[in-house]
Amino acid sequence: MNHSISLTVNGARRDFVLDDPRVTLLDLLRERLHLTGTKKGCDRGQCGACTILVGGKRINSCLALAISHDGADILTIEGVARGDQLHPVQAAFIAHDGFQCGFCTPGQIMSAIGMMREGQAGDDPERIRECMSGNLCRCGAYAGIVDAVLEAQAGASETNRRRSA
Amino acid sequence: MPELSLTSAPAHLRHGSNIGQPLTRRDGILKVKGQATYAADNHPAGMLFAVMAVSSIARGRVTSLDVDAAKRHPGVVDVMTPDRRPQLAIDPEIKTNPFVFRIEVLQSDEVRYANQPIAVVIAVTLEAATEGAALLAPRYETLSARVGLDAGDSFVPPVVGVGNPAENHRGDVEAGLASAEKRIEATYETPPQYHNAMEPHAIVAVWDGDSLSIDMPTQGLMLSVARIAELFGIAPDKIRIRSPFLGGGFGSKGLMAGPPVLGIMAAKLVGKPVKLVLRREQMYGPVGHRAPTRQRLRMGTDGEGRLTALDHHARTVSSTFDDFYEPAADASHTLYASPAIRTSHDAVRVDTGTPLFMRAPGEATGSIALESAIDEMAWACGIDPLAFRLKNYAEVEPITGKPFSSKALRACYEQGAARFGWARRSLQPRQMRDDAGLLVGWGIGTATFPALMFQAEARAAIRRDGSGAMEIGAHDMGQGAWTALAQIAADGLGLDIDRVAFKAGTSDLPDAGIAGGSAHTATAGAAIHSAGAAVIAKLADLATNDERSPLFGAGNAGVIARDGRLFRRDDESRGESYAEILARAGLAEVEARGTGAPNPAAMEEYAMHAHGAVFAEVKVDPELGQIRVTRMVGAFAAGRIVNPHLVKSQLFGGMIWGMSFALHEEAITDRRSGRIMNANLGEYHIPVNADVPPLDVITVEEHDPHVNALGIKGVGEIGITGSAGAVANAVWHATGVRVRRFPIKIEELLT
Amino acid sequence: MKPFDYVRPATVAEAVAAAAQPGATYLAAGTNLLDLMKGGVSRPDLLVDVTHLKGLDRIEPLADGGLRIGALVRNADLAHDEDFARSYPAVAEALLSGASAQLRNAATVGGNLLQRTRCAYFYDTASRCNKREAGSGCDARDGENRTHAVLGWSESCIATHPSDFCVPLVALDAIVEIEGRKGRREIALDGLHRLPADTPERDSALEPGDLIVAVRLPPAARGFAAHARYLKVRERTSYAFAVVSAAAALQIENGRIKEARLALGGVAAKPWRARGAEDVLKGAAPDAAVFQQAAQRALTEAKPSGDNAFKIELARRIVARALTLAAAGTPARMPALPASPFASTSGAIHA
Repeated sequence: MNHSISLTVNGARRDFVLDDPRVTLLDLLRERLHLTGTKKGCDRGQCGACTILVGGKRINSCLALAISHDGADILTIEGVARGDQLHPVQAAFIAHDGFQCGFCTPGQIMSAIGMMREGQAGDDPERIRECMSGNLCRCGAYAGIVDAVLEAQAGASETNRRRSA
Repeated sequence: MPELSLTSAPAHLRHGSNIGQPLTRRDGILKVKGQATYAADNHPAGMLFAVMAVSSIARGRVTSLDVDAAKRHPGVVDVMTPDRRPQLAIDPEIKTNPFVFRIEVLQSDEVRYANQPIAVVIAVTLEAATEGAALLAPRYETLSARVGLDAGDSFVPPVVGVGNPAENHRGDVEAGLASAEKRIEATYETPPQYHNAMEPHAIVAVWDGDSLSIDMPTQGLMLSVARIAELFGIAPDKIRIRSPFLGGGFGSKGLMAGPPVLGIMAAKLVGKPVKLVLRREQMYGPVGHRAPTRQRLRMGTDGEGRLTALDHHARTVSSTFDDFYEPAADASHTLYASPAIRTSHDAVRVDTGTPLFMRAPGEATGSIALESAIDEMAWACGIDPLAFRLKNYAEVEPITGKPFSSKALRACYEQGAARFGWARRSLQPRQMRDDAGLLVGWGIGTATFPALMFQAEARAAIRRDGSGAMEIGAHDMGQGAWTALAQIAADGLGLDIDRVAFKAGTSDLPDAGIAGGSAHTATAGAAIHSAGAAVIAKLADLATNDERSPLFGAGNAGVIARDGRLFRRDDESRGESYAEILARAGLAEVEARGTGAPNPAAMEEYAMHAHGAVFAEVKVDPELGQIRVTRMVGAFAAGRIVNPHLVKSQLFGGMIWGMSFALHEEAITDRRSGRIMNANLGEYHIPVNADVPPLDVITVEEHDPHVNALGIKGVGEIGITGSAGAVANAVWHATGVRVRRFPIKIEELLT
Repeated sequence: MKPFDYVRPATVAEAVAAAAQPGATYLAAGTNLLDLMKGGVSRPDLLVDVTHLKGLDRIEPLADGGLRIGALVRNADLAHDEDFARSYPAVAEALLSGASAQLRNAATVGGNLLQRTRCAYFYDTASRCNKREAGSGCDARDGENRTHAVLGWSESCIATHPSDFCVPLVALDAIVEIEGRKGRREIALDGLHRLPADTPERDSALEPGDLIVAVRLPPAARGFAAHARYLKVRERTSYAFAVVSAAAALQIENGRIKEARLALGGVAAKPWRARGAEDVLKGAAPDAAVFQQAAQRALTEAKPSGDNAFKIELARRIVARALTLAAAGTPARMPALPASPFASTSGAIHA
């Protein structure tokens, strides 16, 4: 049974025929759309490497059936930078060494961007640790990740303050 | 052209313009944009997906597979089984060298551990291959599984770790114990642990006639090439492996395991490119693990609190078909001075995948037991655990009596203790609380890891445009080879780092040796340093022998390479650029090779180790028993620090692994079936962000002229050792409960 | 994953009709179902996708003072709804202590209620499991069972229900609204999940086709906002299922407990309402002695099902602590680590 679905991926509308309802968003992105920045670490919602934003909210793409997300607006790591201009979270991850092997990094960055949009963590490192706990890092780059998020948050707050001033 | 000795008469001087700088990762932009290509990200045209079916029994044989059901599934192309598979050139059970492991590549229907590959389904989609593997519905003839540290008769293994004797002694332990004023005896258990790199093992294999292209994460490109060549009967130069980035390795990607070989076989069977990626649960079997241990420590002290004897025995396991023995007791060789030391190992065979080196193999397991026991001994003597360690400070390596090539451990203790505020610690346990009423405990552990060197080669070139190139088949599994080695290369070539084309991560480059043993930066770095010196020497030769050069005749005085120019050592106003030298000589480039290798004379003379001291604070809920690490300070002396930014990250990572060892990680095996019941990342707990407190790392300055030309000792593994014990000791100090079975669990603390 | 047919019904009635067929199952976010399907634990023939149904994603205050939560409201949206968190703080705290932010963004209220046990033998399809395959046996009973049930278990099943959310909901007398083949009906949440007895394959009181459309909190549930906590002991600081958890909610007037609500998580095949303990508390002064008494009462029927005797003592302690925290008053702000014993660890250290 074929299903026509359409998705907006990183701002571009993609229409395609899904020949198999079993395909997850993660496998769709990686194996069919060749957007391999999003990683598969566990495929069971237990590591966060596959984190993407759907409708602006971070989710585990490994546990989302593509067919059920017909019409969804998806942002992946490939859509975060504007050309050579890195997103502040990306730049902060480099500056604070928020990764080592880099495999969990796209998920961490998408999760951090999602978290900032949720507005729940603010500048409290403890809250950031809690809110980023859905992204495992086996290399143990957590200290750098928290520092990177704090810096990106501070930058975002500063921008907002200037805008409102 | 003169022969070069790097330590005595360098043709150029390194001036540290790159080494020692806290550069951010040169692969950082690729990684944060999702553009770093890991093996499973490759998708050659016409590629098919392969999925392994694995055994659900731990011992016996497969009696049937429903191949027809799998083949009927739409999209399934082929099913590889013992009855239908490409022939290998050699029996995969033959160990052609010590770095070859016996693997299961469908050579028989025998099952020797749970999660062993028993078939491979190849399909046009991942979904079809996955379901095809499920449809095989294997039936088995099942034999009872042998599980645990008492599964059978024990024996003394011929060697432990990589070639270490199973037993060692110095002095008379029994006499030392008999004469002791105070004695302790304690038995500690550590569980099976799995590497669980975030990137599952993966391979994309493409055959073109008898040439083979592979994308695969590996910590040993050349070892992999050699193993594939012998298994498939093709020449090594027909094989090209790309491994630019590993999504973590920790030892599990060091040797060729069965699954990637199955991927290559599958590609051969179907005549198309094939991708095979392990499912997370499939990583709990065929790709190595840290074996469980049971360690008995006995110690005695004299009236002053000085050790009179140290006896460390470790029981461990290996698989029923191959040999790797966690060298846990060897942790007692280097740390504490004692007139009598004995270490010994024995083992039993269990129905498990063969254990393997996992980040600090032996050192991590042995260290948590030794550091716990040292704490117990200090408590028995009524001495502060740091003071006790200082009292038993080893001025020479205790097991050999050799002097240390360098040892700044005392400075580590001092600086770490000062930063942590150790002096305010209560001697008695269960004395400290925070405002919320939580129990607070402070613990210490000493860290140590040997400074190893393997063999490596590098190729260097200086080009007509004045730029340089450095090529080495080095591996970046997160430690930062793309950056740190490029820094060494830049200094070796006397160039700014941006003027050096640094190539690594493929098998067609010079052999960088294995990325393991915390020795990669030292080994590959030494080769790079040496290749750089050699190519500069060639360039200097061109200039100093050419009367048109301002450097003519400077051969005896020597030259200095810096910023793309050579200068006369005795008169820096005389010099010229690399480009000018090459242009005049009419050469497009000069190239040279260099090697890195251990220095046998220095190894004979000195004991070579990195050291450190880790201080941990934990809080424990007094009624509920839940534990949280709230602070850690680690002070490490590990020779030259190539990139402090990356070194700090490596040490943080190690400290988190240590915490995880003490509090979290454990594979739980069903005693009846031999299956691991938490083969996932939900219930096999590794620390999450909220588990990790603010961490503090101090790198203590240490110059070591003996370990290698660059004075690098390595930092990849030392962070775990010391940290695991520090956390365990802090839990004791918080609660007064000495838990001797790791990880420490809530129920142990419900006093 | 087994191939399945997929339908996206336009109405609840269509959904119920589709899902009533043998082999059919509802798909909401799929955070639990897909995990089960990937593990071969669940192999449905037909997925009835209810995520596009209209009107099930609302949080509606009711005229009587109660609240109706649509079954498709996402866990995170509910927890972060300011009115909800203010009125039912223990529920919000429980929600935020569960899983990860990513999973909470996806998972629905209805799906959370119906999540399956984390028993390793249920997940391991090579093991015998009466819940997964009726009558096959229970390998957990003599297996690795330190986290299994201590209340309400039977020889045929010792699994626990993993939800955090359900624990305070059961304490607050939540009601489940169900649309089924015979129309709409409602049952107490306490009656939704079943104890195993001889039929552990039936997790709940739902019949084929039954669709949870909403969860309702009765007017009285609001009355505990000032003294309500959820506390959860786990083996990681975050992103871990409860070893044991407790929801405690009190109404305190004139120094006496007017009403008490107490439920435990991680101890049984259902969220465990401790009514006997509530009786002990009612009318008493909120002090350590009565909390201890209540804790003892809550676990009187508990017995180990394996290597898990510690969970009984732990449950007593967590009850006493949750009551102590509730009596102290709901914190003005959600703790940085929701439901954690380490919610307030910034304090100075002293000997």
